[in-house]
Amino acid sequence: MATSLDAAHRLLAELPPSPAVWCSGLRKRYGRQTAVDGVSLTVGRGEVLGLLGPNGAGKTSVIKMLLGLVRPDAGEVLLLGRPAEDPRARARVGYLPELFRYQPWLTAAEVLALHVRLAGVRVPDAERRECLSLVGLASRAGDRVGGFSKGMQQRLGLAVALVARPELVVLDEPTSALDPLGRADVRDLLLSLKSRGVAVLLNSHLIGEVERVCDRVVILDKGRVAASGTLDELLGRRELRLLLTDLTAAAEERLRATGPVTRAGDWVTVALPAQDDGTAVPDLVRDLVGLGARVHAVEPVRISLEQRLLDVLRAGSAGPGGDRR
Amino acid sequence: MTGRTVLTVAALTLREAARRRVLWALGAMTVVLLALSAWGFSRIAAEFETFTSGEAVLVSSMVLNLVMFGFSLIAALGTAFLAGPTLAGEVESGMALAVLARPVRRSAVLVGKWLGLVVFGTGFVVVAGLAQFLVVQVTVGYWPPQPVAGLALLAAQTTVLLTLALLLSTAISPMASGVVAVGLFGATWIAGVVGGVGEALGNEGVARVGAVSRMLLPTDGLWRGAMHALQDASLLAQSPAAFEGHPFLSEAGLTPAYLAWAALWVALVLGLAALTFQRRDL
Repeated sequence: MATSLDAAHRLLAELPPSPAVWCSGLRKRYGRQTAVDGVSLTVGRGEVLGLLGPNGAGKTSVIKMLLGLVRPDAGEVLLLGRPAEDPRARARVGYLPELFRYQPWLTAAEVLALHVRLAGVRVPDAERRECLSLVGLASRAGDRVGGFSKGMQQRLGLAVALVARPELVVLDEPTSALDPLGRADVRDLLLSLKSRGVAVLLNSHLIGEVERVCDRVVILDKGRVAASGTLDELLGRRELRLLLTDLTAAAEERLRATGPVTRAGDWVTVALPAQDDGTAVPDLVRDLVGLGARVHAVEPVRISLEQRLLDVLRAGSAGPGGDRR
Repeated sequence: MTGRTVLTVAALTLREAARRRVLWALGAMTVVLLALSAWGFSRIAAEFETFTSGEAVLVSSMVLNLVMFGFSLIAALGTAFLAGPTLAGEVESGMALAVLARPVRRSAVLVGKWLGLVVFGTGFVVVAGLAQFLVVQVTVGYWPPQPVAGLALLAAQTTVLLTLALLLSTAISPMASGVVAVGLFGATWIAGVVGGVGEALGNEGVARVGAVSRMLLPTDGLWRGAMHALQDASLLAQSPAAFEGHPFLSEAGLTPAYLAWAALWVALVLGLAALTFQRRDL
């Protein structure tokens, strides 16, 4: 009996760990308004996923459904391998809400102690203090939260999200009340979480922040997933900008053979092939010179995530025929 | 897991009550009421020479019940206005989000709040009530026959009202839930008085108003039980006429069936509150 149980445990242990977040077909209506319409997404263990989208796209609703704060009308959620209806699914989850507020009659240290107790983990005093100093509140540990500024409360919220040794951290607009210094702190924090293998679901309007730390991005629009993928997949299209004079017909033909071409005066932009072993650019330049064109400048262009986001959202609002998913 | 959550939240609720100004406000009101009643009872004591001993006990019982009604009102107001903000207010402000995203059941959080409020309300009733008994003992030498039962019933009355306020606060705004709970408390008390007048006049229809309202919201029934425990037992035999329709004297104690109903009422309303809270989107 014992050996067969051991074998079962070994088998379970050898299984790949379930994703930090898995949800499928999430749907939510508020009255007549459909807030979330069939959202499915996955956050792997140790992965940092960015959630992007315009106001009212349903990002916060999705997050609240994942955490059991809002009841989905349809769909399933698994957190760290457990169904979200089971409160134990949230045992290793840290959360900073968009609307962050903590008991004003408690001190910062007491708020952390409360959350540690509710999470059911034992975290020594020193570790809790370290958590406060990580968000820059070490000197305010004994002060009542009621006297904190918005920014300090958001920092406290970050400490609350991190204090109970989470395996998944859900941050909803974590820098909305922070100054530029605070934003940089949060970026460092995210990178340190990533290096420790903690999965992060990050909802942020600051695209630069997302671009710098996220492994994958999901773009929500009107309650649906408008696009998703790794940054390389989403930003995969590369372009080359060239300043050319004396452009011959043969040279133009050579450009068109590389990819779609757009022109603005002497500036020519050509899309590069997706499959490229690093020879496309030098070969093109060599051929253009050989065909009589004079090359004044060559600039690689990488589409920014912001540009890609705007493209996706504009394609979405142009009509249902846009490039969904 | 659930037990730990209940105790943690109950302790948090007590700490909130202690650190917010509620406790100080209640303390100040209590001291004022104690001082006023001490002065009033000392005036009564001065008049005692003109009273027969029966009259003296009747007046003492009546005035003690009147003052205790004041305390039950303070306890009711205090806990109802604590119960509203503690749940609805935390949901409105977003304070509940971080707490409920922890591995806790919402019903456990709700029961924890309830338990904290019950301890707070009971503590207040016991301390203020005992202080009042001492004031009466020192000034007019009257000690209620069943002080423990009386205080327990007052605490039960407070519990009933705060449970109702908690249910209301799962559905409506913080202030509204406090106001509605206290309003219903007052309405039931008045219905009880009306019912008493109906009984005195022998009008069954009017008497039924009190009986029905006492079933719907057991605060008035428990209050009458408490009065009965605090007034002198020989009074009814001596002057039965004084009891007819009197708001601050009670003819009969509570039946076990009524006490069981009150307990069931609290359990039902708390269960309903847990159900509403469970289904609520935050």
